[in-house]
Amino acid sequence: MTTETVTNDILLQVSGLSKHFGGLPALDDVSFIAGRGQVTALIGPNGAGKTTLINCLTGVIRPDAGAIRFEGADIAGMAAHRVARLGITRTFQNLRIFPRLTVLDNVLCGLTVEAGASMLEALLRPPGLRHRERRLKLTALEALDAFGLADKAGWPVGVLPYGDKKRVEMARAFVSQPVLTLLDEPVAGLNPEETATVAAFIRQMRLAGKTMILVEHDMEMVMGVSDHVVVLDGGRRIAQGTPDAVRRNPLVIEAYLGRMSATA
Amino acid sequence: MLAMKGWEKAKYFVIRHHTGLMVWGLALLLALTPLVMRNPYNLGILNLIGLYVIVVLGLNLFIGFAGQISLGHAAFFGLGAYGSAILTATYGFPAWPAMMVTAAAMAVVALVLGVPTLRLTGHYLAMATLGFNYVVDSIFVQWDTVTGGPSGLSGVPPLTIGGLTFDSDLKFHYLVWTFALVALTLCLNLVRTGVGRGLAALAADEVAAAALGVDVRRQKIGVFVLSAVFASVAGSLYAHYFGYVNPDAFSIFKSLDLVIMVVVGGLGSVWGTLFGAAFITILPNFLGFLETYKDIIHGVILVVILLFLPQGFVSGLVDIIRIRWARRRIALAVSPDA
Repeated sequence: MTTETVTNDILLQVSGLSKHFGGLPALDDVSFIAGRGQVTALIGPNGAGKTTLINCLTGVIRPDAGAIRFEGADIAGMAAHRVARLGITRTFQNLRIFPRLTVLDNVLCGLTVEAGASMLEALLRPPGLRHRERRLKLTALEALDAFGLADKAGWPVGVLPYGDKKRVEMARAFVSQPVLTLLDEPVAGLNPEETATVAAFIRQMRLAGKTMILVEHDMEMVMGVSDHVVVLDGGRRIAQGTPDAVRRNPLVIEAYLGRMSATA
Repeated sequence: MLAMKGWEKAKYFVIRHHTGLMVWGLALLLALTPLVMRNPYNLGILNLIGLYVIVVLGLNLFIGFAGQISLGHAAFFGLGAYGSAILTATYGFPAWPAMMVTAAAMAVVALVLGVPTLRLTGHYLAMATLGFNYVVDSIFVQWDTVTGGPSGLSGVPPLTIGGLTFDSDLKFHYLVWTFALVALTLCLNLVRTGVGRGLAALAADEVAAAALGVDVRRQKIGVFVLSAVFASVAGSLYAHYFGYVNPDAFSIFKSLDLVIMVVVGGLGSVWGTLFGAAFITILPNFLGFLETYKDIIHGVILVVILLFLPQGFVSGLVDIIRIRWARRRIALAVSPDA
């Protein structure tokens, strides 16, 4: 047994997760733990299996083997919408927002589970539902405020600059007070100033007690915000530990940081 | 000061209830229309528009929100009409229960058709519904002991409520538009809730919608069933209005016309639906000698709109205006003195 990092409160426990695409292993027996209230980073070079892992965690793809225990229950292979209903939200690597909807409606989409009416109830829209919708709108407006988007609530998202679109997606992922949020490369394509803003935001959410799993290429950012770092290479976990320990791990330096240091 | 307060209050009321006010405004307009429009021919066209509005509202939810396409909604429309016609004219069923039984049966048919096909990605449903319409059309034509064959069924009694019989264009005007406005309200309700946002999300991006907790398949099937029920009810009204049904009105070409109405109105635009249904229904009256080429003209309209405004005519234009407006505001925010 490898010695896992000691965490008092385990929120997510991944064990022996494997996924093959046509014989090629995208994930090979990956295990790690995400502690409640912590930021766990998944790093690794391109093709390491980070996105496959996050897609397994959120039910987008079904793992071949292994278990994903979330608050004690195994969610491996569960459909994406059921995973979402457990309080797991995510952002996407290539930004998946709804360009024709307004900023406010995009963020309100993050409250789909909370809105939770049946189609029949929605058709009739009884007073109780209206009341609930009004409360959700207030919640969404608060989130817009927190993300500095309040003055753009009524704009179609498509016209916003890239950095603002990313913020809309982040607001959508956090508006529902999720139990766990997976951030898939939240600073990809952002300039240093915007990256710093996102890093500050993640730290702020961490202080507010949010649990996050962060997939990221930007090493400096990862090291600055994470409690625990898991390093993947070729679908295998090659190291894990605190940012400092991982930074000094020779395997990691060889697989990943070595290549990074040339540019850093 | 007090007047100001009253004014502010009124403004707030209008903003908060603008959708409801628009529906009531439309209702008032339609209630008064017969006072101005006394020509029964024109009233008849308006009634036909009302019928199509009901079908197209449902179909637009399915195309514009569920992001799927149905090329067979004329079949649901037709089955609604034939269901009511056969139950009332042949078996002497009372009209309102016949309408409900038929609509319930259409919900089941849509469920049976939708469950296997909506499981698949791609446009399998388009093919399945096209085939479905073809089969239904053949049954209308061939099974003449029940459906009356190519000449159809006649002797469908008009609808009655208490002592009131809806046996004239004028009386039917109020009946059909009551149904249309109820359907409009239901659709506007749906669109303005979490369910509607979930549907808009799934039309834009199924993976993202699922990650937000939308049960993609279930919602697609739900909207499909809903749209089939709308079409069936409109079909029943059609049968009682004209007093007869024949297969011509429910062919594959009618299904295409319904899709064109959706496209003209704009994908996912509830209000645009009114325009789409009205435009395509009125169009033949302005074509004159070109009416022979109606199908070609409809095809050209479809292609041109999809080429230049893929979201549909009305919502495409609205999108362009919204985006221009927002861009201008961004420009102003960047350089306030511009």
